[in-house]
Amino acid sequence: MIGLNHYLVLSGLLFAIGLVGVLRRKNLLMLFFATEIILNAANVAFAAISHYYNDLSGQMFAFFIIAVAASEVAIGLGLLILLYKKHGTLNLDDLASMKG
Amino acid sequence: MFELIAFYTISVLTIGLFLVTVLSKNVLYAMTALAAGMSLISGYFFMLGADFLGVVQLIVYVGAVMALYAFGMMFFDVTRDIKEKNTNGAVVFIIAGSVAVMLTMIFSMPLGINSIMTLVQPEVNATNPEAVGLVLFTKYLVPFEVAAVMLLVAMIGGIILAGKKMDDSLTSTEDDKIIDTEGL
Amino acid sequence: MEKFVYIALFAPLVSSLFAGLFAMSKPAKFVGVIASMLLASAFIASSLLAYHVATVGAVHVTLMDWISVANLSIPFGFIVDKISVTMMVVVTLVSTIVHIYSIGYMDHDKSFNRFFSYLSAFVFSMLVLVMSDNFAGLFIGWEGVGVCSWLLIGFWYHKPDLTREQNPSISPSWAANEAFIMNRIADLGMLVGIMILFWVTGSLQYDVVFAALPSIAASVNGSYILVAAAIALFIGAMGKSAQFPLHTWLTDAMEGPTPVSALIHAATMVTAGVFLVIRANPLYSMEAVEGVSFFIAALGTFVAFFAASMALVNRDLKRIIAFSTLSQLGYMFAAAGLGAYWIALFHLAAHAFFKALLFLGGGNVMHAMHDELDIFKMGGLRKKMKWTHIYMFVSSLSLAGIPLFAGFFSKDAIIETAFNEGTIVLWAILVLTAGMTAFYSFRQVFLTFWGDERYKEHGIHPHEMYKFVLIAMSPLAILAVIAGFFQTQFQAFVTSISTLPFGSLPNYEMSEHTHHLVWILTAVVLTVAISGIALAWFKYGKKLIRSEKTENSFIYKLLANQYYIPQLYEAIITKPYAELSQVMWQKVDMKVVDATVDFIARVVYKSGDKSRAMQTGNLSHYLNWMGLGAVLLMVATVIFSIIYNING
Repeated sequence: MIGLNHYLVLSGLLFAIGLVGVLRRKNLLMLFFATEIILNAANVAFAAISHYYNDLSGQMFAFFIIAVAASEVAIGLGLLILLYKKHGTLNLDDLASMKG
Repeated sequence: MFELIAFYTISVLTIGLFLVTVLSKNVLYAMTALAAGMSLISGYFFMLGADFLGVVQLIVYVGAVMALYAFGMMFFDVTRDIKEKNTNGAVVFIIAGSVAVMLTMIFSMPLGINSIMTLVQPEVNATNPEAVGLVLFTKYLVPFEVAAVMLLVAMIGGIILAGKKMDDSLTSTEDDKIIDTEGL
Repeated sequence: MEKFVYIALFAPLVSSLFAGLFAMSKPAKFVGVIASMLLASAFIASSLLAYHVATVGAVHVTLMDWISVANLSIPFGFIVDKISVTMMVVVTLVSTIVHIYSIGYMDHDKSFNRFFSYLSAFVFSMLVLVMSDNFAGLFIGWEGVGVCSWLLIGFWYHKPDLTREQNPSISPSWAANEAFIMNRIADLGMLVGIMILFWVTGSLQYDVVFAALPSIAASVNGSYILVAAAIALFIGAMGKSAQFPLHTWLTDAMEGPTPVSALIHAATMVTAGVFLVIRANPLYSMEAVEGVSFFIAALGTFVAFFAASMALVNRDLKRIIAFSTLSQLGYMFAAAGLGAYWIALFHLAAHAFFKALLFLGGGNVMHAMHDELDIFKMGGLRKKMKWTHIYMFVSSLSLAGIPLFAGFFSKDAIIETAFNEGTIVLWAILVLTAGMTAFYSFRQVFLTFWGDERYKEHGIHPHEMYKFVLIAMSPLAILAVIAGFFQTQFQAFVTSISTLPFGSLPNYEMSEHTHHLVWILTAVVLTVAISGIALAWFKYGKKLIRSEKTENSFIYKLLANQYYIPQLYEAIITKPYAELSQVMWQKVDMKVVDATVDFIARVVYKSGDKSRAMQTGNLSHYLNWMGLGAVLLMVATVIFSIIYNING
């Protein structure tokens, strides 16, 4: 039978995949995609825990995560477009202007 | 049995699709794989009895967010492959691998399991959307309203940020000119 | 009667706070006037209390509980019995007069208001000291007067440091610190004494402690404990009353304004040590501590002689008076040590009157001579300063112990006591000292007011003090003359049974044998004293004749340099201490403490400098660092949960 741990391990794996994207990619758009994967991984964990403990709080958290993700995409894409207009690139290596 | 097959099938598919998203050089491929993976994620939700959440996942992620990305990408040049110097694979492997191992260890640990208790029990005779609605509009009403305001703010922000200088073409004109006007 | 206790105690505090309000503003006469009025009200309250104590009985009030922990209970209690009321009257009277005097004396000083604030604060502390009903309150007052003394000696703190040849006390701030530090050493002894008493009796209240003394003396090793407590308390008394070897600060304290010298370093604060011994008379009159008491008497006699010898050759007007204060304190300790507590207290009061008068007269001379203190540069001032001359002459007669004046009755009684106790050596020294006292005090009077007018060579135009100041001094002058007549009444007052336990002093009467010889003894003392005056007249009465031979002789130099004791202290204590401090600074502080701090700073600085390279400006690198941080947090979580699981 599929238990809670199955879901949690799966969510951990998805999180790790998302993290690979975050760490590996230099293109901002790709970073956004990786962030979405990480958020989804969290949602899966929440939904699983919600189901196995018979508690709706997990689903509520998942809803709010989705809301936050949607806002993030809206604002983030707007910023990406501005950035692209200004620099003509989304590559982080070319955008390193805050060198300490 | 059916659940078992479904879980493993969907698991393999999502992992594979997300790996494509993360590793692909082509933005369009990546985005398509992401959209497919997200629709499959809703499968987990249905399996877990969170019907409403699954539907929201489909509408918001696959519908709205992906459409946003698709529109957003029209501003960028997506036909050619992305040229980027990826971070050293070893570093990525070590960090991401150890995160995966640590998460697994944390999940498999019996820490505090006994002390977890149910806070918000769903209504006994209600379907999932009904139960969610009851909780969302009672206990979580204030966060819900705040989230609504946040989405409104995000929408206005998105429009203002992206909407400026919509007339200027970004791909065909020289970037210098635009930088000049921005600079001034 | 309680309200009079509070008026007497708190009027000086109010005065101090009031004057303190104007501390930073321009000198204002009214500050001094109001302070003096408040002090006068304290004096009136004290006098009424004295009358009350004499007719009805002692007053004991408890203001509030101060410390109440486990079996330690220290209330803010005040006791007005025969001992403390005597001190209160003396303190408030002298301080009232000194306050009025200061209005005239300090009128050109830009810190006029600040001066009154300090002076009143001193009176408050002194009253706490004498009125407290327990050793803790006594100690608070003790430290309070120490602080005020420090503030007032260093009142002109802006004066620069000079060498010992130019100014024997270097500078006011140096003298203030010296006084404070020396008192701190002695206060440690006193604190130890108080602790010992608390340890064995479990209380700090005078009546409880003194009542428990006989049972302690009877217990095993009890007498040793009492001896230790008596010695430790006396060490405190030695510091405050400037007894050898802690005496050097008193003459240096003359750097303070003259009213301060009159009030603090002659009449009141320095007698606190004597007061302590008198207050603790049940302890010092015990058989077990007989040795300590005799040591007190012997040390007092020695200091009386020692200080008088230094006064013989000194040329500084105020220092001569300071040495004579030291000498008279020695007399008081001699009396207290021999068990004649009421005589010690009587001499304390009489001395307060004539010595304050002497100092204030000296202040008038200083004012007239524009702060010139060298008596060799004065002379013939009696024509210009008639009243000051009379005051100083009267007080010197009193100091010298000439019949009919206050000093005669009190000092003679002490000398008689020494004879009566059969301590002939002490008696002889005290008699000799009486002669020296007469000589140096009249040497000073003659050099200042008689003979040739040497001040003219220095282009000084002396003038008499303000009239109100002279009038304010008159009560002291009258008391310096008549105080002695009340000897028997005083004896009856302080030795009669008090309504409170230990509220009065044990009586002390001369034996029959001494009684028969009293006229001969008086005659001997008188002869010595008058010959001292006569010697002073022959040597200095007409004209100052300086002899190179005498001034270069070994003894003269030894005395003029105070037996080289300040230099000795500097060589064996100050210098090595300074060198030790230097070593501690360079070796310990710089190499260990500072180095540690610097090391920490360098680690932070270096690590910041190195980790600056992390700030590449590339978001991707930051994300990698963040991932690493997340891993570390998870590792920490795993480790802690493993530990948690192992521990159960």
